[in-house]
Amino acid sequence: MNIIACVKQVPDTEAQIKVKADGSGIDDGQIKWVMNPYDEYGVEEALKLKEKNGGDVTIVSVGPARAMETIRTALAMGADKGIHICDAVLDNADAFVTASALAAAIKGLPHDIIFCGQRAIDDDSGQVGAMLAELLGISQLTLVTKVDFAGSSVKVIRPIEGAQLSVETSLPCVVTAQKGLNEPRYASLPGIMKAKKKPVDVKNAAALGIATDVKAKVAKVIPPPARAAGKIICGDDAAQKAAELARCLREEAKVI
Amino acid sequence: MAKGIFVIAEQRDGALRKVSFELASAARKLADQTGDEVSAILLGSGIESLAAGLGKFGVDKVFVGDNAALEPYVTEAHAQVVAKILKDNDAAIALFGASVQGKDLSARVAAKLAGGLATDCTDVKVDGGKLVAVRPMYAGKCFGEVVFNTTPAMASLRPNVFAAVENAKAAAVTKVDVAVDGVKSKVLEVQKDASGKVDLTEANIIVSGGRGMKGPDEYKILEELADVLKGTVGASRAAVDAGWRPQKDQVGQTGKVVSPNLYIACGISGAIQHLAGMSSSKCIVAINKDAEAPIFTKADFGVVDDLFKVVPELTAACKKLVA
Repeated sequence: MNIIACVKQVPDTEAQIKVKADGSGIDDGQIKWVMNPYDEYGVEEALKLKEKNGGDVTIVSVGPARAMETIRTALAMGADKGIHICDAVLDNADAFVTASALAAAIKGLPHDIIFCGQRAIDDDSGQVGAMLAELLGISQLTLVTKVDFAGSSVKVIRPIEGAQLSVETSLPCVVTAQKGLNEPRYASLPGIMKAKKKPVDVKNAAALGIATDVKAKVAKVIPPPARAAGKIICGDDAAQKAAELARCLREEAKVI
Repeated sequence: MAKGIFVIAEQRDGALRKVSFELASAARKLADQTGDEVSAILLGSGIESLAAGLGKFGVDKVFVGDNAALEPYVTEAHAQVVAKILKDNDAAIALFGASVQGKDLSARVAAKLAGGLATDCTDVKVDGGKLVAVRPMYAGKCFGEVVFNTTPAMASLRPNVFAAVENAKAAAVTKVDVAVDGVKSKVLEVQKDASGKVDLTEANIIVSGGRGMKGPDEYKILEELADVLKGTVGASRAAVDAGWRPQKDQVGQTGKVVSPNLYIACGISGAIQHLAGMSSSKCIVAINKDAEAPIFTKADFGVVDDLFKVVPELTAACKKLVA
């Protein structure tokens, strides 16, 4: 089985995000970088499929030089090889350009199933998986919490608002991973040692032959609106405080 | 030149979903500035009668694709039809709901049209006749203003943020031919939640519990408060990782990003990844016995006390008020 897992390096969830004074982006000096948590579920599922059905797992990532750490992390978890799409012209890539780069890299490889995180927790776009599927002309199963592989097809569970769907499609396809899919493993020490010797191809945009003009552009990054200082509800006991809170919600905030 | 603002309506089981009206109203507001027409795309089987419901919220024209192949929703089928309608009509702007379906569909359509898409927007405006979409990034730790280099400019709008405003228009129906081919995916089963509760992303009121709940059984008091307020119960990552609540209940950067009218955080200290997921709520209440908890910096109303005493009292007080 030829399995691909796409990963992105993102700021850790505990990171404070500071907007640059000129609004051109975020100040990334103090950030701790990690593998996008949703991509971890994708890598884990890829490794589980390989362990059960044989085959190999290729990691593909678009990102600057530091993204190599994230590729190595996935290799240390047990993936076999990597492709690092690294080019300064892709630093401000939108979802379409990113998906085009991934599609160009994956097109030349045998692929039965491609895992992506359902979204990256930095730009929160959640577009790349579906775009990649379209660009490769294959189907997509997004926000998946369970994967059952059956030879030439795959059956998944997708939670939607107020229900969950069981959906089947034929391979090849793109599956985007949602929390609940699995518990990603930690890289073992021998895994980390082995990962250093696993092959990673580094490619630039020209080698992939892709257009890099963005379709949607973040023209300005702004800090979130400040919230006015809140009111601490006073009272002699819990009952008084609760009654005063209920009154405030009804009469002041008008939300109940 | 591209013209017209299109909304991609969402229906399930023969009823329009609330986000469809929010999209129609947001589109109407933009159209009144640009002088454009608002068109809706409505797909499914046996759904033509729903078009009038869109007219109520400001839609001039409805493209109806009525075909068994479009019910239930399957990405490949819907994406083909939506992309074709947008292209054939040279749409200037296309708005989707940032629901599970809308996000799945919009990204596929954007790739078909090689166009730009902004996901989960909390504001849309026109500047110099062009769409500018405002959207949270890093789960709301900052916001981005997105501009588009292609048409249609596409955006998905976060449910529950845009008001649905009645504004009756004609909603003239145009039936579209919906030849779809090469669809490989198939929905085998739809299993509905037995609870019948509104999903967190669409809830007006959320009562959320964290590590301070001490265990899974204690959520009963939050369920009771949520029942009185007709709200939905949420949870912090700590509570979900402890196995107290299902994953679908998680609010935060690696869970659901929510924007209810009222968010009541009980026993939640306010880790940055949690605050990111709920800080766009209109009114935030924090109930926590630790006066230093970071959640109080985001709260409009704070109660420093034992939640196990306050919540049942609050339930009783609310019961009287809403009775």
